[in-house]
Amino acid sequence: MRFLVSLVAVLVLMGAAYFGSASSGGQYLFGVIIPYAAIALFIAGVLYRVLGWAKSPVPFRISTTCGQQRSLPWIKNSTLDNPHGTLGVLGRMALEVLFFRSLFRNTKAQIHGRPAFRFVYGADKYLWLGALAFHWSFLLIFIRHYRFFAEPVPGAVLGLQSLDGIMQVWVPSVLITNVLIIGALVYLWGRRLVNPQVRYISLAADHFPLLLLLSVAGTGAYMRYFSKVDLIGIKQLAMGLVSFAPVVPDGLAPLFFTHLFLVCVLFAYFPVSKLMHMGGIFFSPTRNLANNNRAARHINPWNYPVKVHTYEEYEDEFRDVMKAADMPVEKE
Amino acid sequence: MAEKKLKPEELVQIELSPPAREWMDPSVNFRKGTWNYAAVPDTLDYLGLPNAGKWSPPDEEWPLPDNWQEIIHNGIKERLEKYRSFKVFMDICVRCGACADKCHFFIGSGDPKNMPVLRAELLRSIYRNDFTMAGKVLGKIAGGRKLSKQIIKEWFYYFFQCTECRRCSVFCPYGIDTAEITMIGRELLSLLGLGIEWVCTPLANCFRTGNHLGIQPHGFKDSLEFAVDELEEITGIRVNAPINKKGAEILFVAPSADYFASPHYYTLLGYLALFHELGLDYTWSSYASEGGNFGLFHSHEMIKRLNSKIYMEARRLGVKWIIGGECGHMWRVLNQYMDTMNGPADFLEVPVSPYTGTKFEHAASTKMIHISEFTADLIKHNKLNLDPRRNDHWVATYHDSCNPARSMGLLEEPRFIIKNVANNFHEMPENTIREQTFCCGSGAGLGTDENMEMRLRGGLPRANAVNYVKDKFGVNVLLCMCAIDKATLPPLLEYWVPGVEVAGVHELVGNALVMKGERPRTTDLRGEPMKGFGDAAGEEAQDV
Ligand code: SF4
Ligand code: SF4
Repeated sequence: MRFLVSLVAVLVLMGAAYFGSASSGGQYLFGVIIPYAAIALFIAGVLYRVLGWAKSPVPFRISTTCGQQRSLPWIKNSTLDNPHGTLGVLGRMALEVLFFRSLFRNTKAQIHGRPAFRFVYGADKYLWLGALAFHWSFLLIFIRHYRFFAEPVPGAVLGLQSLDGIMQVWVPSVLITNVLIIGALVYLWGRRLVNPQVRYISLAADHFPLLLLLSVAGTGAYMRYFSKVDLIGIKQLAMGLVSFAPVVPDGLAPLFFTHLFLVCVLFAYFPVSKLMHMGGIFFSPTRNLANNNRAARHINPWNYPVKVHTYEEYEDEFRDVMKAADMPVEKE
Repeated sequence: MAEKKLKPEELVQIELSPPAREWMDPSVNFRKGTWNYAAVPDTLDYLGLPNAGKWSPPDEEWPLPDNWQEIIHNGIKERLEKYRSFKVFMDICVRCGACADKCHFFIGSGDPKNMPVLRAELLRSIYRNDFTMAGKVLGKIAGGRKLSKQIIKEWFYYFFQCTECRRCSVFCPYGIDTAEITMIGRELLSLLGLGIEWVCTPLANCFRTGNHLGIQPHGFKDSLEFAVDELEEITGIRVNAPINKKGAEILFVAPSADYFASPHYYTLLGYLALFHELGLDYTWSSYASEGGNFGLFHSHEMIKRLNSKIYMEARRLGVKWIIGGECGHMWRVLNQYMDTMNGPADFLEVPVSPYTGTKFEHAASTKMIHISEFTADLIKHNKLNLDPRRNDHWVATYHDSCNPARSMGLLEEPRFIIKNVANNFHEMPENTIREQTFCCGSGAGLGTDENMEMRLRGGLPRANAVNYVKDKFGVNVLLCMCAIDKATLPPLLEYWVPGVEVAGVHELVGNALVMKGERPRTTDLRGEPMKGFGDAAGEEAQDV
């Protein structure tokens, strides 16, 4: 099974880091060499992929229009769903990237009542909600980690953290994002297992990133709430890494190395995987182009002459019948 | 034929849950009624297309050229380098499944490979295997498949079960447009000489004669003259239908079905009546007598080869600008490809309505506007004398054709016109119209008799929505602005929703248009009685 392969892969990775970091030299490997390698792979890989996309031209302006075009002045143009200019495109892209607008449209096709059947397309916002919860929590948690890499910690990062901890009123010291990210990932993975259509289309490459993220979030949360790790030591390591003078303090827990290693795997894996959708969405020609083809000509850099059938060829073939039918001709 | 055998009750036994068999298994069952005849070699030869052979889809062995694998590999490579769309769409699908149940072919057939995501995966799996590191190293685990003859058959089956309607693209969080992938897939197949008859024969005809049935110039003229006679019988007015007239202000290009197929024909009568009433200085062209572009169903190159005629003819005739008739895929090409491929049209002028003075700035570069933009503007400025009661025999709903909706956004213009020419208009449910409209199920070259079962399945979501408004409001006509719709919706509705007719928007304009000096009308453009305008005395509308 495709999800089993992914599960085993993630467990093996966790085990390797947990036990590997305990061996001699293991700490340096997992604490310094692998993180550097992962970041290098990430940066090089993402650049390679993004430049690869950028290299292929956009021959045609093929925006998918999801609203009224701009035509007559008294008909209201839906600027965000069918933009005719740069501002509209920016708005449309912002809504897509920040709020997953297209996913928000999601419906579910169901057949009601047979044989006098009727299709019903009810709104289905769960996927949108799950995706939004995951991506936003991930972003916030990612930013929060900045506190390990800066001294003093920027006020914004601290502010974010206290905002995140609003729930502490009810549940002591639990951050909302931690709950959300784990809940969202469980949902997103769960639907890959339970929903028959999604299960059918899912590849190992779909289960793996979810499980990897789940293990990252799980180990992170475990360290935060259950096994108190040596935060001072971790910060020392992090600061060493960013200042290119790495030191591995003694006494860092294997669980920390496991967490760090999983993050490294995530970074290294990112550019060769579907996770590149993060960059790709900015390149999607159906979304990032204005629907103004008729107002402003789009240039195709490789437009080439093709074999056409000219009027002269046409008239040469049909001149007699055209004349017989009293139709005007160029040559008598 | 398929429709004789399968009853609606049987056809609707659809299982939307996928089967046990994994999708990576490429075997296809070419069941009768679900595929189209192969292109005949003559047409490919005429167009100078490669590897023409004689074959039929159910054949065990297809006549592929010896180096077919190399052709496909290089074909993919070339297109990855030429189309950012293709490259990005190959890379970023996350298989979230949001598009899965958006395709009318999946909803109507339950065949999982008709989920847009899997249709794309059929090609994406080869891309992964041949062009990505993960695929090269991990093969099947990474979702890669090795190209095989069986996969070519599978592509043929499923790329000709996509109507390039772009509904999936509306819902995809990254805008992945499976229509784009289908277009590229069909291009790849055509490199091997694999095409369908109902795409390639019209292509050859359009190329040679200007229109897809291969009607020669004098036949074209006959058709228009016949329409002029018919309109005279109904209205008592003899209109003019100029052809190839040099120096006219406007070139008018309609889909060729408008002048020989029914019910398109009544829309043609509507155009003729409207242009006459306005006294429009325009001309038809026999050379560019097809606005519809079958190239869209074949390859980008064929789009350009066919579309080139419109600008060339506009230049030869010396017109100032162009109006295009009611057609769907024609307008995808006109709106998204024409100017880029065959422009710039700097020898034309920005369209200005001679009656309202409206300058159509949104067409400042292409110089071509849609007839409904033209008519809506006229109505808004009160330039037409309309009597909507002459459409009281119709209870109408409106089907947005895929391309004007999702590749253009022509949504309000037709609605505005309809509301001004008819009194009874009801929308279908929200998730089935406008940008979420459902395809007729027969577009992109799939509207053949041999493919009838698949057409009925693909058209089911549309028919079902029509059925809903029929039950609720007594709708008896489905309006649309697409030549393929007008050809393929009638059999579809006859099967699923008997009693609902299909008509063009400008047919209803023609009904409502009160022409100067016309004789009192008793029938509509179809020659059928109009409610309240019959010969029988004492009907309620007579005294108004
Ligand atoms: S909606 Fe887009 S990303 Fe999701 S499965 Fe379909 S094509 Fe892929
Ligand atoms: S373009 Fe239309 S027919 Fe093709 S896969 Fe998408 S929804 Fe289906």
